[in-house]
Amino acid sequence: MMRHRRLDLRHGRVDLSHGAGGRASAHLVDDIFLPAFDNPALARGDDQGAFDPPPGRLVLSTDSYVVSPLFFPGGDIGSLAVHGTINDIAMSGARPLHLAAAYIIEEGFPFADLARIAHSMGQAAKDAAVTIITGDTKVVERGKGDGLFITTTGVGVLAPGLDLSASHARPGDAVILSGNIGDHGIAIMSTRQNLGFATDLKSDSAALHTLVATMVRTAGPSLHVMRDPTRGGLASSLNEIAQTSKVGFRLDEKAIRVRPEVAAACELLGLDPLYVANEGKLVAIVAPEAADALISAMKAHPLGREANRIGFVTEDTEHFVQVATSFGGNRMVDWLAGEQLPRIC
Amino acid sequence: MSALKHIDEYRDGALARGLAATIAREAVPGRRYHFMEFCGGHTHAIARYGIEDLLPSNVVMVHGPGCPVCVLPIGRIDDAIRLATRPEFILCTYADLMRVPASRGTSLLTARAAGADIRMITSTLDAIAIAEAEPRREVVFFAIGFETTTPPTAIAIQQARDKCLSNFSVFCNHVLTPAAIRAILGGGELVRVDGFIGPSHVSTITGTAPYTALVEDFGKPIVIAGFEPLDVIQAILMLVRQVNDGAARVENQYARLVTPEGNRIAQRVMAEVLTLRSSFEWRGLGDLPDSALRLRDEYADLDAERRFEIETIPAADNPACECGVILRGIKQPADCKLFGTVCMPATPIGSCMVSPEGACAAHWSYGRFRTVARQPTA
Repeated sequence: MMRHRRLDLRHGRVDLSHGAGGRASAHLVDDIFLPAFDNPALARGDDQGAFDPPPGRLVLSTDSYVVSPLFFPGGDIGSLAVHGTINDIAMSGARPLHLAAAYIIEEGFPFADLARIAHSMGQAAKDAAVTIITGDTKVVERGKGDGLFITTTGVGVLAPGLDLSASHARPGDAVILSGNIGDHGIAIMSTRQNLGFATDLKSDSAALHTLVATMVRTAGPSLHVMRDPTRGGLASSLNEIAQTSKVGFRLDEKAIRVRPEVAAACELLGLDPLYVANEGKLVAIVAPEAADALISAMKAHPLGREANRIGFVTEDTEHFVQVATSFGGNRMVDWLAGEQLPRIC
Repeated sequence: MSALKHIDEYRDGALARGLAATIAREAVPGRRYHFMEFCGGHTHAIARYGIEDLLPSNVVMVHGPGCPVCVLPIGRIDDAIRLATRPEFILCTYADLMRVPASRGTSLLTARAAGADIRMITSTLDAIAIAEAEPRREVVFFAIGFETTTPPTAIAIQQARDKCLSNFSVFCNHVLTPAAIRAILGGGELVRVDGFIGPSHVSTITGTAPYTALVEDFGKPIVIAGFEPLDVIQAILMLVRQVNDGAARVENQYARLVTPEGNRIAQRVMAEVLTLRSSFEWRGLGDLPDSALRLRDEYADLDAERRFEIETIPAADNPACECGVILRGIKQPADCKLFGTVCMPATPIGSCMVSPEGACAAHWSYGRFRTVARQPTA
């Protein structure tokens, strides 16, 4: 086969021909995606990736990423697209296996940025021991997209005996949070120029499946629900669980950890950290007798060092999430009425 | 939940319990104390920190009209939408206004989705920058708020004049706090308010002086307080003591920021650019005399109302909405038939539900577990 002239990754830009399915599309795949994702299944050059499923139930999940800006402290849209979908699979208790990635690229997008994002995506997948076995690229006319959108679909496998669901919270269950909240949302906001605040804060974007594996080994079927509180924050996740399981929650505000810089930014912007997005935290609803051992096991994992019991599940026909405030009173943590932040994941 | 120097000190639970115990000791049994916190910031703090749980049952907080988004009449939002939908226009607004419902199910958010160029800004100077960057477009700043947000509007007007910007104007909806307190106290109906927690940020601009006449005219104490929960609970104690003594004074709990004379520089800038309107409609309270500001005649060219000949068409609130009496302290949010049935933060009908600082929205979002537990309400 005649070797094509390599793309000018320093100065070149995506044009409409790169999405037309012809030779230019192939060059984009050969020069950017194959080296970045680097695995034999993808290298076959087929329109699909084949794999042998291990025993157990298969779990499938998909998510689209439209974060703005594409590069942010602690990550970029590429690593986020890997972590986010891995986490969606992992919240079932499953072990993620493979990913599919679809890129929608706006005409004029620099090759350099695309390569950087693809490499970050490949590295995140490698670090998480999952492979990106198939993918797709499309190019849309200038003005019809915002630089780059990525969709990832993941498949994982679930060990027998596990059945986690948002409908499985039971009164008396313990609520465990894996760490401090709000880092991702505030890190993204800090990059918005018109808000004018600077911080060293990084997004917490991380793949949580190894933490989940530890939790599954320790607590097994005592794990009733897991969620990664992304957009809408911890408050939205708990309201969803309360609604689906037809229960309430009683939380202790003092036990919910927030970094001082996140708390300060929230003060400044009038946000409640309970509603701010996370990309590397999980909340677990677990049978009360399993809670202490589970917290100890989580603390031994790098992503669970700050794990903490933050409350318990209550019987509540209204499905309220209630908080004992650190001030000594009580309040509700309601559903978010509108979007608190634009485009954060 | 956090560790914030200079803020945590004002959220200390142990100090709060101490103050609450003093209130419980000093509030005379059998006597009821109805205190109105004027500002939405106080309403929010009371709900957010659960302050009502710390008060004895005979000390009742009444939530006032001090939420600028809530008191903006529908007709004015309709005006802004009409401007924004003109093709050459850019409307600049604070984000709080985006979801506020206007007539016929519209809002700035729906207008933007339909193609209007509406930009959310965090500073009035962003609007100036947009006008400079887009000289062929008419840039209108949709100005709302009490005395706190008025000085930045006045400065933008001065800057536009200094820079000779011919494509910038202000749609001015700034309102004044003392006029609203006067309207509530002089409302004629039976007003169940024994004292006020006076504005926090507003008073840093106005100082304490404007409240003296109110105290003299109506004989109700006013304690100016900060927005932190300990500020609020301390102010409540100060009000209980004044009521017990039969006193009616202006007291300043927020002395760390509020002075008797206020911010003279801000007052001067406002006076240079803005002047009193003879009357202005407040959503929920109706037309109030001398309660709002407009641009002075010298700045008429920067006044969107005059420049684009805006004639506000009054739009009525839902007749079942009880915001008017809730803002006067006569009813509580849960007493309204619309509350929680059709009127909720995502689909607000009345003014008190539109902003998180509104009385109904605060009760819905933070406190409705109380009324559910204790139904029917008193």
